[in-house]
Amino acid sequence: MNISIKRRSVLPGFGLTIGFTIVYLSLIVLIPIAGLLLKTATLSWEEFYGTLTSARVLASFRLTFGSALIAALVNAVFGLLVAWVLVRYPFPGKRIADALVDLPFALPTAVAGITLAGLYSSNGWIGRFLEPLGIKVAYTPLGIMVALIFIGLPFVVRTVQPVLEDMDKELEEAATCLGATRWQTFFRIILPTVFPALLTGFALAYARAIGEYGSVVFIAGNMPMVSEITPLLIITKLEQYDYAGATAIATGMLLVSFMILLTINLIQRWNRRHIEP
Amino acid sequence: MSKTVVKPNSGPTEPRAVRWILTGLALGFLALFLVIPLVSVFVQALAKGVSVYWTAIIEPDALAAIRLTLIASVISVPLNLVFGIAASWAIAKFNFRGKALLITLIDLPFSISPVIAGIVFVLLFGRQGWLGPWLAAHDIKIIFAVPGIVLATLFITFPFVARELIPLMQAQGSEEEEAALVLGASGWQTFRRVTLPNVIWGLLYGVILCNARAMGEFGAVSVVSGHIRGLTNTLPLHVEILYNEYNFTAAFAVASLLALLALFTLVAKTLVENRLRHAAGRTTEKTEG
Repeated sequence: MNISIKRRSVLPGFGLTIGFTIVYLSLIVLIPIAGLLLKTATLSWEEFYGTLTSARVLASFRLTFGSALIAALVNAVFGLLVAWVLVRYPFPGKRIADALVDLPFALPTAVAGITLAGLYSSNGWIGRFLEPLGIKVAYTPLGIMVALIFIGLPFVVRTVQPVLEDMDKELEEAATCLGATRWQTFFRIILPTVFPALLTGFALAYARAIGEYGSVVFIAGNMPMVSEITPLLIITKLEQYDYAGATAIATGMLLVSFMILLTINLIQRWNRRHIEP
Repeated sequence: MSKTVVKPNSGPTEPRAVRWILTGLALGFLALFLVIPLVSVFVQALAKGVSVYWTAIIEPDALAAIRLTLIASVISVPLNLVFGIAASWAIAKFNFRGKALLITLIDLPFSISPVIAGIVFVLLFGRQGWLGPWLAAHDIKIIFAVPGIVLATLFITFPFVARELIPLMQAQGSEEEEAALVLGASGWQTFRRVTLPNVIWGLLYGVILCNARAMGEFGAVSVVSGHIRGLTNTLPLHVEILYNEYNFTAAFAVASLLALLALFTLVAKTLVENRLRHAAGRTTEKTEG
């Protein structure tokens, strides 16, 4: 007999629930993804590598990963600011502002897309003020960034906010008593505390921005080599019945998503180890 | 005057001018990216008057799109709800190997591009897909038909309920359930009378978010839909078609329905969040007391 058997839970239903979970997960998520990977395995290396390194695909990678990076950085800065203001400063309408932060999660991306395209086109509410300054947003890579900032906005706020709320004010008080300026306190005490959360929020916003389709296609202009994002290129290949090409690009993006997911998990594990000694 | 005005109990803070500038900047950012777009949806929708707005919504293609959106949501929300309950029960109440991996796999659809969520089903069920020839021989249509749309929606909204329930059930532990079982309750009674009341607000929270995403999904559904007017168009796809036909007022009219759904989601979510916070406060009191 094995003595080191784990203490079994007295609760019933493990077999049923874990069985259903695994079957459902396999049917809806794992088998479809495996289908994509199997399809990739039928491609020759030249087909796979050649597709991913063709000029048009490379241009879409540069655009997608580049604009997602800039949008996530903007969101990191302004997300931290919004979270800070929501946690620390009283102002009228705070609850509404707080609830509104989640709008990009709740608003369908197609609605966001046509709305932003309308606002930033040359006769839109915002575009008409930018046009005389020589700034074109709609139908340029700049428009893609605007859409990606919109959809990534809640991630940083919602990851940083709870950390700021739980933060011990005594540390700040101690720093102030010991003669630190507010600026020093921010950089030495506050920023290091929220940094793991900030990084997680940044990574989540970046991951979402890379895959985003709905809000971007309306404002992007979708010119090959200039303003064509990778998800759109996948759809274009699919519509041209270039299944091999679409599969290769999709697998490439899937691998990038896996890597980001792994990074987020590592950040969170590292963060937990710092908080819980 | 000292540089930092320290009020009693409020701790160190910034000079008033800095506070105002930061608040102004943050609110300006939110206004530019959230308030102005939201307001403009409704202004554009009503730009040509109420009757044009109403015509765009009760037009047969729009009604068919509303119907299909409701079908997709009515099927996928309950299925993902049942899955969420089963998964969180197994994960939160039992110890087993590979639990961390299972949680990661459940979260997977969140980090995958919606377009990829669509293409996986095309590669599985499409004409050139793995099961394509078999489906064609048996005259079953999944891609460019309603089942494909439902499958893509199921995939996209897969983690919503589970990811709300798992941490909540983990935090609550299983002492109350064990007590109920010792007192002679059956497993199903224990779940219904003890577990469910404890997680009901978290469950509702997940359902609200799941429904919002199910009704609003665009990318994944767009890949599998085929855009057949009146047949395989959901509301977001209908918005796209109208917009690409330069029928902007109608596009924004239909979009305003989805914006209303978003506003409803935000209000419901805020209300449920407050209840959740109350419930969480009660559990910590209980454990500390």
